[in-house]
Amino acid sequence: MSTLRMFRKKPDDLGFFGKLGFYLLLILGALVSIFPFYWMFVVGTNDKGAVFHVPPLLTIGDQFFENFKRVLDKSDFFQALGNSLFVSSMVTVSVVFFCTLAGYAFAKYEFPGKNVLFVFVIATLIVPQQLGVLPTYVIMAKLHWIDSFKALIVPAMVNAFGIFWMRQYISSAVPTELIEAGRIDGGGHFRIFWRIAVPVITPAMATLGILNFMTVWNDFFWPLVVLKNKEHFTIQIALQQLFTTRDGLDYGMIMSATFTATLPLLVVFLLFSRWVIAGLTSGAIKS
Amino acid sequence: MAEPVITSPHAESKRPFFTEQRRSRITAYTFISPFFILFSIFGLYPIFFTFYLSFFKWDALGPMKYVGFKNFELITTDPTFWISFSNTLIMGLMGTVPQVMLALLLAVLLHSGMTRFKKTFRILYFMPNITSIVAVTLVFSTLFGNNGMINWLLNGIGVESMAFNSGWWGVKIAISTMVMWRWTGYNAILFLSGLQSIPMDLYESAKIDGANRRQQLFFITLPLLKPFIIFVSLQSTIGALQLFTEPYVFLGQSGTGSTRQEGITMVTYLYSEAFRNGFFGTAAATAVLLFLVTILFSVLNMLISRGGGRQTGGKKA
Repeated sequence: MSTLRMFRKKPDDLGFFGKLGFYLLLILGALVSIFPFYWMFVVGTNDKGAVFHVPPLLTIGDQFFENFKRVLDKSDFFQALGNSLFVSSMVTVSVVFFCTLAGYAFAKYEFPGKNVLFVFVIATLIVPQQLGVLPTYVIMAKLHWIDSFKALIVPAMVNAFGIFWMRQYISSAVPTELIEAGRIDGGGHFRIFWRIAVPVITPAMATLGILNFMTVWNDFFWPLVVLKNKEHFTIQIALQQLFTTRDGLDYGMIMSATFTATLPLLVVFLLFSRWVIAGLTSGAIKS
Repeated sequence: MAEPVITSPHAESKRPFFTEQRRSRITAYTFISPFFILFSIFGLYPIFFTFYLSFFKWDALGPMKYVGFKNFELITTDPTFWISFSNTLIMGLMGTVPQVMLALLLAVLLHSGMTRFKKTFRILYFMPNITSIVAVTLVFSTLFGNNGMINWLLNGIGVESMAFNSGWWGVKIAISTMVMWRWTGYNAILFLSGLQSIPMDLYESAKIDGANRRQQLFFITLPLLKPFIIFVSLQSTIGALQLFTEPYVFLGQSGTGSTRQEGITMVTYLYSEAFRNGFFGTAAATAVLLFLVTILFSVLNMLISRGGGRQTGGKKA
């Protein structure tokens, strides 16, 4: 209602040119946001020289498969894609399960030290990853997990953001009476969680899953530190490896690979954009 | 509002299953234990060990040798460290300050009642944030090439070409642009949700009291948006200090190039000390300094945001 009122009021303040400038700015911002995606595809579908064409080439070409063939020659692209898919899925399943469990406990149980522990969980969010990276590497070496997916999966199996996110959601979405009723009927704790709470909170679990999948899929620093052999590279490492000057930068090839690696996430995002945005911005809104 | 299961003595007497209080506590601890177990091994222990390690000379294989503050001395007398330090700050400033202001502007535009297609704009502005940093860097390296589109545009408006992939400022501009591209929209959406949380009647009553639009902006919008501004600038600052992937990929085309001085950051320095040179002690000392700098800047950030609020007449919302 109030937006409607604003809609009628503001334009007369701004005038025609004000309104025009207003929209031009917004549209310019949107164009800047999406142009690199389009450009990725333009370069990926044109031949090698297209990237530095003067004036810049803005039309989609027909060389995509030629370019992509060179990607397959130079890297184990699909292997890397598979590795990323495997690692991201494993981490995501585990994160969704353990974070939901912990968030449920923080939301619906009362136990000594609860608030202190929850504040501790939140506090871990602000510790920079780099502070612990060296000893973590040493631990991985001791466990003989260097160059194995375990090094990527195990430390990431549960995280503070997920616990925070699930707790917030469960607090308001799962009625305590329902849990109490389940207890009176003699249901076990885990059974009540699984049968009563989980069905109600699947949307939040799905959001957490998507967010987590994207984070793991996009991670670069830690895989770079622990992965050594080509056959274990995740897609981000494989992409970075394509970017070498050894025989002149082949941007057509690089962009066809980059586009292919970006597309799946883009599709997922566009399908679930409302949830993804809500999840990624929740940290600020709720704290 | 659903309240947690209360176990105060008063409530217990009412609850038929209060004898199971112990069991329910153990269950709760079990449910939250995975996080605490994993975090102690892969989070807490490494943090303490980093501090410990910063006083030793170690190559991660042989025996550790206690050297006191020698590691800190070594890195603070290494010019490359100071270059990485100043690079991090310069790129942090260049990437963060315009980014937060631009995000604020976009959010205000999006929030205005005049905007149609709000949802579409929101999705479009958010798209850069879901892209991997590696992909972002690769795309922008084509745009920032010597004969790339940015230089073509610069020439078009009569500015000379810049060496974005080798010049001292060129590299920094290119990298800051990548950071800005990936985060401006995200922050704008954050600000937008902040703006949407401000009750409309505040504006209504301000209008009745005769406040003009500028007064509304400075006395209602900005003070109430302050928690969001603090959060965003804090998050951006911390992110900027950890800058690694963009310069590493952008300058790393020839293998060792990622430590090139135009774009080396503190994390790049740390990474190359440990994983290229095998100096885990100095790398740990770098991590400790990075941590101290992070705390310093976070505190500074809070102080500035607080002070800024007082100037505009805003008290705690």
